[in-house]
Amino acid sequence: MPDNLIFAMEVTLNGLMTGVMYALVALGFVLIYKASGIFNYSQGVMALFAAMTLVGIQEGRVPFSHLINAIFGTSLHNFAWNSVPALLAILLTVAVMVLFAWAVQKFVFGHLVGQEPIILFMATIGLAYFLEGMADLMWGSEIRTLDVGLPQGLNTVIDDTTYGWFGYGFFIDNLDIVASIVAALLVAGLVAFAQYTKQGRAMRAVADDHQAALSVGISLNFVWILVWSLAGFVALVAGIMWGSKSGVQFSLSLIALKALPVLMLGGFTSIPGAIVGGLIIGVGEALFEFAVGPMIGGATENWFAYVLALIFLVFRPQGLFGEKIIERV
Amino acid sequence: MFYREAGDFKTSYAEDNQTFPIKFDRYRYYFVLVVALLVIPFVISDYWANAVLLPFLIYAIAAIGLNILTGYCGQVSLGTGGFMAVGAYATYKLMTAFPWMDMVSVTLLSGLVTAIVGVLFGLPSLRIKGFYLAVATLAAQFFLVWLFNRVPWFYNYSASGQISAPERSMFGMAVTGPNAEVWVKYLFCLFFVILLSWVARNLTRGSVGRQWMAIRDMDIAAEIIGVNPLKSKLTAFAISSFFVGVAGALLFSVYLGAVEVGEAFGIQKSFLVLFMIIIGGLGSIFGSFAGAAFMVLLPVFLKILGVDMLGWATDIVAHIQLIVVGGLIVFFLIVEPHGLAQLWRLTKEKLRLWPFPH
Repeated sequence: MPDNLIFAMEVTLNGLMTGVMYALVALGFVLIYKASGIFNYSQGVMALFAAMTLVGIQEGRVPFSHLINAIFGTSLHNFAWNSVPALLAILLTVAVMVLFAWAVQKFVFGHLVGQEPIILFMATIGLAYFLEGMADLMWGSEIRTLDVGLPQGLNTVIDDTTYGWFGYGFFIDNLDIVASIVAALLVAGLVAFAQYTKQGRAMRAVADDHQAALSVGISLNFVWILVWSLAGFVALVAGIMWGSKSGVQFSLSLIALKALPVLMLGGFTSIPGAIVGGLIIGVGEALFEFAVGPMIGGATENWFAYVLALIFLVFRPQGLFGEKIIERV
Repeated sequence: MFYREAGDFKTSYAEDNQTFPIKFDRYRYYFVLVVALLVIPFVISDYWANAVLLPFLIYAIAAIGLNILTGYCGQVSLGTGGFMAVGAYATYKLMTAFPWMDMVSVTLLSGLVTAIVGVLFGLPSLRIKGFYLAVATLAAQFFLVWLFNRVPWFYNYSASGQISAPERSMFGMAVTGPNAEVWVKYLFCLFFVILLSWVARNLTRGSVGRQWMAIRDMDIAAEIIGVNPLKSKLTAFAISSFFVGVAGALLFSVYLGAVEVGEAFGIQKSFLVLFMIIIGGLGSIFGSFAGAAFMVLLPVFLKILGVDMLGWATDIVAHIQLIVVGGLIVFFLIVEPHGLAQLWRLTKEKLRLWPFPH
């Protein structure tokens, strides 16, 4: 088999793995958009916030320590305990995200019910800025390493097997494999939740029609808090995966921008769309960078996803799996 | 008392159609012009020019540009930073390729180049709407920044990958480069602000502006009553990009002097200008000025308050600034979705009726 083809296969596999990571972020968008029609730009910053909170709790840091020190002249940094078990820290972070979901519903979107979608979108941009500042203020802005005990590094099994087949070992990160499994579990869990639980059914009802749901006695407020909490949980999972991969830092929030073309491609309202879109974007940009990148200066992954989505949308404005857009006067 | 239509008799159609129908507004407008043109240039200091006035004027142009597209025509764009970069690089190429050309022509030509690029990226808006379009404009943002970063022709193969403005003069006085006096820079920017806001004001209250607003309110309905969506969307993209391009050109050549594209024209800039028009007021020229002033003054104010008076570290103040900006955006959207311009309108309405409540 020619070398280039083998390389391309490896690139494709790695692209698939990256695509799964994109899909993880996109999933949070879809959840909120379906249930409340809010296009939540702050999803990426939520991932950053969740990851920073997780690291902060794990290391036993005092929240707002920099601010407190600046005001009162103290020198607080850490609590007496220096490390919290990963599982407990994750649970605490989930609690924080639920609290955040409640606050968002109570103080922001509760007041914006019935506004135009574009106003809601801009409110989430404001929310993103707020949350980003809050994350930095709470936990400090230096780069952290996140370690909750996920396996990392080269997967030797795949390396050996492919070496046996092609005489060239594929480099696949263990973390990516874990991420794919987690993503699959997460999607399965979400689908099961939406299909078989009372709250899940309420969620789907709200996604279908707000007023009809309201008239059969479903509390919109509760469902929205639920959905934001779920999105917060998805953000935490994405934050853990991306944080373990490349450290917890500001650039983590930029993956939200990467999830946008994924959503456009898959359609804003479809969970399978988010997965398929993520895979297409992941593979597409990896292959494009591999094949065309060197000729035109590299770093094409900065824009390829957007341009691909743009061209795609011209032919199919609602995305791959999105509901057909019907407009009436 | 003094803010009344009463007693101000209009005797011709031109007078009846004027921009400021109330006498007090008219005089206030002349007063602002006189102060801006005849007082500020003599009292301007380096600090005020660089921290407040120049960015305010330049961002006001960008905000008017984005307001035309988003506030008047309803097409949300997140590509402002990319289009500003087009203006800046067009200026750089023109300045270095035609050293004899005067700066006004260079800047206007850069605007024209940006308008063409804007129309190209505006073409999908005929098929793609709403959020999908907002995300699609990100394609412009990232692609353009990448292009200026990676294609050496745009930065004249300079080793650092930066572009820096050579010295150019108008009427014998340096406008760009390190030797330019601040009052010259100020007047140069002010010239464009006055010219472009006059154009924008008159465009938006004419037939073109009405077409934009019809498209914004509902494009299918607008099409049925005879507005050509292709023409009005693309003119909105072209004119908006022209303004944004001029702002980018001025930001580079007059204000910053040297620019690294990812840093100066990144996605953050797109959001900054978007925030200006949200806080200032969508669909209002005055709102663009108010929003630009607000977003330029806020960091200065917070820095003075936090760093100079309370003695906090700059990074804490920077984080608080993010929180304040984000919180204000949400606050404005909840309390007054039409921004500062609406508050201004309400004040004027109250003034008109004063001392009676109704």
